[in-house]
Amino acid sequence: MCAAPKQGNTLIDVGTQTVIQGQVWHDGAPVAGAYVRLLDGTDEFTAEVVTSPEGEFRFFAAPGKWKLRSLAQVGKGERLVDAEVGLNETTLVIE
Amino acid sequence: MSRNDVLVPVDWVQEHLGDQGLVLVEVDEDASAYDGGHIEGAVKLDWKSDLQDPLRRDYINKSAFESLMSAKGIGNDDTVVLYGGNNNWFAAYAYWYFKIYGHQDVKLMDGGRKKWELDGRPLSKDTVERPGTQYRAGEPDLSIRAFRDEVVSSIGSANLVDVRSPDEFSGKILAPAHLPQEQSQRPGHVPTAINIPWSKAANEDGTFKSDEQLAALYAEQGFDDSKPTIAYCRIGERSSHTWFVLQELLGKQNVKNYDGSWVEYGSLVGVPIEK
Repeated sequence: MCAAPKQGNTLIDVGTQTVIQGQVWHDGAPVAGAYVRLLDGTDEFTAEVVTSPEGEFRFFAAPGKWKLRSLAQVGKGERLVDAEVGLNETTLVIE
Repeated sequence: MSRNDVLVPVDWVQEHLGDQGLVLVEVDEDASAYDGGHIEGAVKLDWKSDLQDPLRRDYINKSAFESLMSAKGIGNDDTVVLYGGNNNWFAAYAYWYFKIYGHQDVKLMDGGRKKWELDGRPLSKDTVERPGTQYRAGEPDLSIRAFRDEVVSSIGSANLVDVRSPDEFSGKILAPAHLPQEQSQRPGHVPTAINIPWSKAANEDGTFKSDEQLAALYAEQGFDDSKPTIAYCRIGERSSHTWFVLQELLGKQNVKNYDGSWVEYGSLVGVPIEK
């Protein structure tokens, strides 16, 4: 229950959930198997998932400021997100 | 008991693959992680289908644990090394389980599956079959398991350590943020609990922080060594991670894991809650 569900398309109630989702990219291609963590406004760990074969990740958060940080064999990436109720899509690039 | 007795680095595991008397066990919630590639020779335990009673909410009983170990080819004298995804959350939960049933030699692989993957170490898709055993479990060791009544009666007296994220502690969210936020429990925390998230005990690659860092962490947060301790989270696996740190790495006494955790506590009628 606390582990990562399969990342991909499932039915989500975007009327109540604050969904933060997107893809991890590196060198022009999505990164599969990257670890993506969601940090709260104080930089504290909230959750972590592993990207799908298409490089996708998804979190169910709450409205507010969050930070996404990815960790993969190819390197690290980071991005700030100001989330609202509904779907918040973003791309996380590993330089 | 010291760190070297209960924790092994990934290098050690890679050097000892295939050793007699050593059984690697991967513990995941999502069994597809194992099926997509596991450490060579490792057997799989599913935290839910293998380790939970199929009917009521409880861990499996002694005879079911014996059958499970026997079927997986794990013997009483084997050294069991556990690892898994989610920064070893469920591996730590299984570790606590092995201790509940009295297994002598059990260890965690430091960093778990994440560290192994980030290092680019090899994974295998081969089917792993081990000859069956006649495993004999001990009676459950309830000195490391807390139940709800003890949690309520410990308010204001024990170290109640809530290891969830700050946003779960404050009631902003009800579950780790990779899960839909649709649980029926009341949000918040047990009154007088201190919030020391499990994640503060781990490095970003999933390995545990040093003993010195860990000792300082709990001391700074108001942990009182003279009191008994109950750790809880949402369903009991992240608190197993902290239970492992407190009892197995730091050697603290009288530490229990409340595996009922917030899913139970937040649903109880009439118990006090703080936000």
